[in-house]
Amino acid sequence: MNLSLKWLHDFTNTDGISTKEYCDRMTDTGSKVEGYEVLGEDISNVIVAKVLKMERHPDSDHLWICQVDIGETVTQIVTGAQNVHEGDIVPAAIPVAHLPGDVTIKAGKLRGVESNGMLCSIAELNLTLHDMPEAIEDGILILGKDFEDKVGMDIKEALLLDDTVVEFEITSNRPDCLSVIGLARETAISFDKPLNIPTPTVKELGDGDKIENYLSVKISDPDLCYRYAAKVVKNVKIEPSPLWLRMRLRAAGVRPINNIVDITNYVMLEYGQPMHAFDYAMLSGSAINVRRATDGELFKSLDDKDHVLDSTMLAICDEKKPCALAGVMGGANSEIKDSTTTVVFESACFSGPSVRVTAKKNGMRTESSARFEKGLDPENCMAGLLRACEMVQLLGAGDVVDGTIDVYPTKPEPTVLPLDVDKINKFLGTDISYDYMKSVLERLECKVEGDKITVPSFRADLTCMNDIAEEIIRIYGYNNIKSTCIYAETTQGGRTPKQQFEVDTEHLLYGMGFDQIQTFSFISPKYYDKIRMDEDSKLRKSIVISNPLGEDTSVMRTTALPSMMEVVARNINFSNEDVRLFEMATVYIPNEEYNALPDENKVLTLAAYGKGEDFYALKGVIENVLESAGIEKAKFESYSGDKAYHPGRCAKIVTADGKELGVFGQIHPLTAQNYDISIPVYAAELSFDAIFDAADMTIDYKPLPKFPAVSRDFSFVCDEEVEVGTIEEIMAKAAGKLLEDIKLFDIFRGEKLGAGKKSVAFRVILRAPDRTLTVEEADKVSNKIIKDLSFKLGINIRG
Amino acid sequence: MKETLNRIKAEALEAIASPETDDAALEALRIKYLGKKGELTAVLRGMGQLSPEERPVVGQIANEVRAEIESAITKKKAALASEALDAKLIAEKLDVTVPGKKTKVGHRHPLTLVQRDMEDIFIGMGFSIAEGPEVEYDYYNFQALNIPENHPARDTQDTFYITDKILLRSQTSPVQARTMEVQKPPIRIISPGRVYRSDAMDATHSPLFHQMEGLVVDKGITMGDLKGMLETFAKTEFGEDTKVRFRPHHFPFTEPSAEVDISCFMCGGKGCRLCKGEGWIEILGAGMVHPNVLRNCGIDPEEYSGFAFGMGVERIAMLKYHVGDIRHFYDNDVRFIEQF
Repeated sequence: MNLSLKWLHDFTNTDGISTKEYCDRMTDTGSKVEGYEVLGEDISNVIVAKVLKMERHPDSDHLWICQVDIGETVTQIVTGAQNVHEGDIVPAAIPVAHLPGDVTIKAGKLRGVESNGMLCSIAELNLTLHDMPEAIEDGILILGKDFEDKVGMDIKEALLLDDTVVEFEITSNRPDCLSVIGLARETAISFDKPLNIPTPTVKELGDGDKIENYLSVKISDPDLCYRYAAKVVKNVKIEPSPLWLRMRLRAAGVRPINNIVDITNYVMLEYGQPMHAFDYAMLSGSAINVRRATDGELFKSLDDKDHVLDSTMLAICDEKKPCALAGVMGGANSEIKDSTTTVVFESACFSGPSVRVTAKKNGMRTESSARFEKGLDPENCMAGLLRACEMVQLLGAGDVVDGTIDVYPTKPEPTVLPLDVDKINKFLGTDISYDYMKSVLERLECKVEGDKITVPSFRADLTCMNDIAEEIIRIYGYNNIKSTCIYAETTQGGRTPKQQFEVDTEHLLYGMGFDQIQTFSFISPKYYDKIRMDEDSKLRKSIVISNPLGEDTSVMRTTALPSMMEVVARNINFSNEDVRLFEMATVYIPNEEYNALPDENKVLTLAAYGKGEDFYALKGVIENVLESAGIEKAKFESYSGDKAYHPGRCAKIVTADGKELGVFGQIHPLTAQNYDISIPVYAAELSFDAIFDAADMTIDYKPLPKFPAVSRDFSFVCDEEVEVGTIEEIMAKAAGKLLEDIKLFDIFRGEKLGAGKKSVAFRVILRAPDRTLTVEEADKVSNKIIKDLSFKLGINIRG
Repeated sequence: MKETLNRIKAEALEAIASPETDDAALEALRIKYLGKKGELTAVLRGMGQLSPEERPVVGQIANEVRAEIESAITKKKAALASEALDAKLIAEKLDVTVPGKKTKVGHRHPLTLVQRDMEDIFIGMGFSIAEGPEVEYDYYNFQALNIPENHPARDTQDTFYITDKILLRSQTSPVQARTMEVQKPPIRIISPGRVYRSDAMDATHSPLFHQMEGLVVDKGITMGDLKGMLETFAKTEFGEDTKVRFRPHHFPFTEPSAEVDISCFMCGGKGCRLCKGEGWIEILGAGMVHPNVLRNCGIDPEEYSGFAFGMGVERIAMLKYHVGDIRHFYDNDVRFIEQF
């Protein structure tokens, strides 16, 4: 809402208050100021001047030498404009003058002839044809004869440009402040100034004519229209509004059109009551019906756009057709034209949600709909209507027909709230007196009798104690509340074990050189193709956003691997070397049931590329994560079921009791190719939820060993296909209780061993808790290991 | 004999002290003077020829000479060892300006960094962390929070919808409603997380960003408590000298509502580029929980009161670390992340 301070001064004053102080205090009391603009700030030394004499320039066929009266003196100005005549009143920029757009006017010579300034066009004063309808675009602004007595006056004063406009951000609960009067009320209370809102008065015409001769109104859908008031104006003469009115509209950011339309806009801005004016001659019949549109009904709005209406929308209709979309926009069929002679002014109150939906469906959010959708005061209709007619009389724009139509099915009862001083003080943590509260509420036009508050009709937002408390505290000052500590039962607080495990895991990963990333939860469905997900994979079924910004962000991811791969690709592109990344990501797995929320699962994705990275480096990282979770016996199973990964360099991680914890491996070269990656990348997607579920974080000290351990080294030759894990499992079983640890310390391949063979070497550590093992005991275990491996896998000690 | 002893002593000490004497020479001297066939031993063997009166006197002198030579040898040995060590250490001198052998350490994402900081501040004040779904029911995102259908407040948050009942939460506030539904006061929670709004990506907007919500509900909670708590938070997060300013505002789920500014931590409130000359920076929205919200969640507003607050994690990260473009957070260029 743009507020002209001049307009504000019709109702209250801000004497002795600087604009900065004004803005700060208004913000403090709840009307947030976004900024302010001093109009005409960029215009200086432009004077109303009279052209006394004009002569052709001796060396030019288009320049004129003008002798110009600028009040105290007569000066010479050369102009190239052709629309100036002797006797014209014009704006003249007198050196040194400044014009909008950083233009400076200095004295100089034009083809040898002295010119002490410049005559100005509307554009040079940053005005438009709407602001100055008598002017022309490509010529000097010729001011009317009314300016005869203003010669020598500063143009800003003469054209009423000397105003300051304050821009307010009005919150949706205060539609009453989308008006000069509403803001005047707030100004008056904020600065303790008097407030004077005159009651508009319309003089009776007394010619025997009455509104019933013209119009009847019926509200067929009173659930959407709470009040409909109308007056008729005859003998209308459509012309431009007077300068003062145009300039006020301009200050408010509204384009002047003609007197009738300008009046409706003026009243909307002043009273916050949207108005509409119909050309009476264009109505079919005299009966106005406020009704829901029928499905498929056609309507052309004022801005010449076609709309197909439906039965959720309220329309103002004559006997044949919709003439306006209630509270949104008038129809082209009944628009005010230069030829209009009889006007119907509508001042109504429509249901907010209905206007909002209608405006949204038709894609026309207007000044009117923006006000209605917040819920307006039906009591304001009549004041607005009378003000419009008062202005018609003031402007001499037509004759207001006697009588008023006012269909008002249910006048709402005023809200009455208790004023419980103790409760409010206890709630705010203040010690404000009854008298102070009463005076604030009364200045906000509440009626206060004892502990009873009657809320004014324009404050539908005041419905409970909290609302009253806010009214009082915003005037008293939020910043005058004393800060206190909560005085209540103590709460334990802290992270849940899972939240703490997440923080701990993050720290573990930082320690292992992983940078953390954060990626979008919504992705393109094409991302599934990029990681070569099976066509029939369940994971291709994602939650789909019905109104996405674009295809790129249109589905909720079911896997976080593609997001990770995008980031890997980006970092490779940036030539970032030796990178390790992780993300604690959420994936969204849809549920079968309609309108059921998806499962939101937490996954840990990892990726690494560069020096020292290989399958086992990433496996070591994962083993550390599992170890930190106290998961000891997870198995790594060779896995070729995920096409994102190299089929021979991918593993699935499974707990001892068979729960899957995730998959990791080297990214398949074809997957990598989809990201234009040509170097090996290792990645993992682990279920953070499953890891936490499998985690055992209890710490239980085991006594340190009292007896020495015995270690035996073995080296076996076996086929390439035999997995180390299988050998270890058999060794562990064979060693039984005495086993403390098995460590793989070498894998060797060589010509001597033969093709397809490898040698694997282990150190087995044996220990008994209660004695020193004898050589015989250790030998027994060794022999069993050798025997079992030979028996079960057919592999033998390397000779 | 005395003279012989004194001569031996003088000779031996001189030889030991000589700078030419190294470890091997020292050993040779020890053998020469103190060894079984050494000079001193030879003298002592000749003691038998002395008179009984002279014997103890000369014996004493001989022992003294022996002790002196031994001591000199020991000292010399220590000196030689010390010299040798010094020489060795000097030879081992390193160029300390050669870069260290680092184990690469990973870096926190700035959003996590800020989020964890804020979590820790509130945990210290007795808060728990509540979590809620990002794909959420319209009911929790709007209706339970006193934002009915077709309420104009819905316009300020352009929402992504999945179905007519399910959406991507546009704020972390639904966690408030969910928490109050299942937990009776005292409630002290924060709820950090992702929220979604249909804003095209530019330097200051992202369709996905992070918020942190806070909620306190108990008997006798006042607006003064809200101020006190947010001041404590601001001082901890932004520095002890931080001042806090409350401006009236409107949110459907709180009443009274406030926008909260902190004094600019760059200029201390004098006005600078960061605060656009205002001296103040808006960081969060807050207010007393609306009685309708309490009621919607089964808490009696006559018995309990509470406050709620919410802030944008990106906004705070951008302010604190002077990040000019929100897109950096989601580009995940390690050259960016490794600065945190």
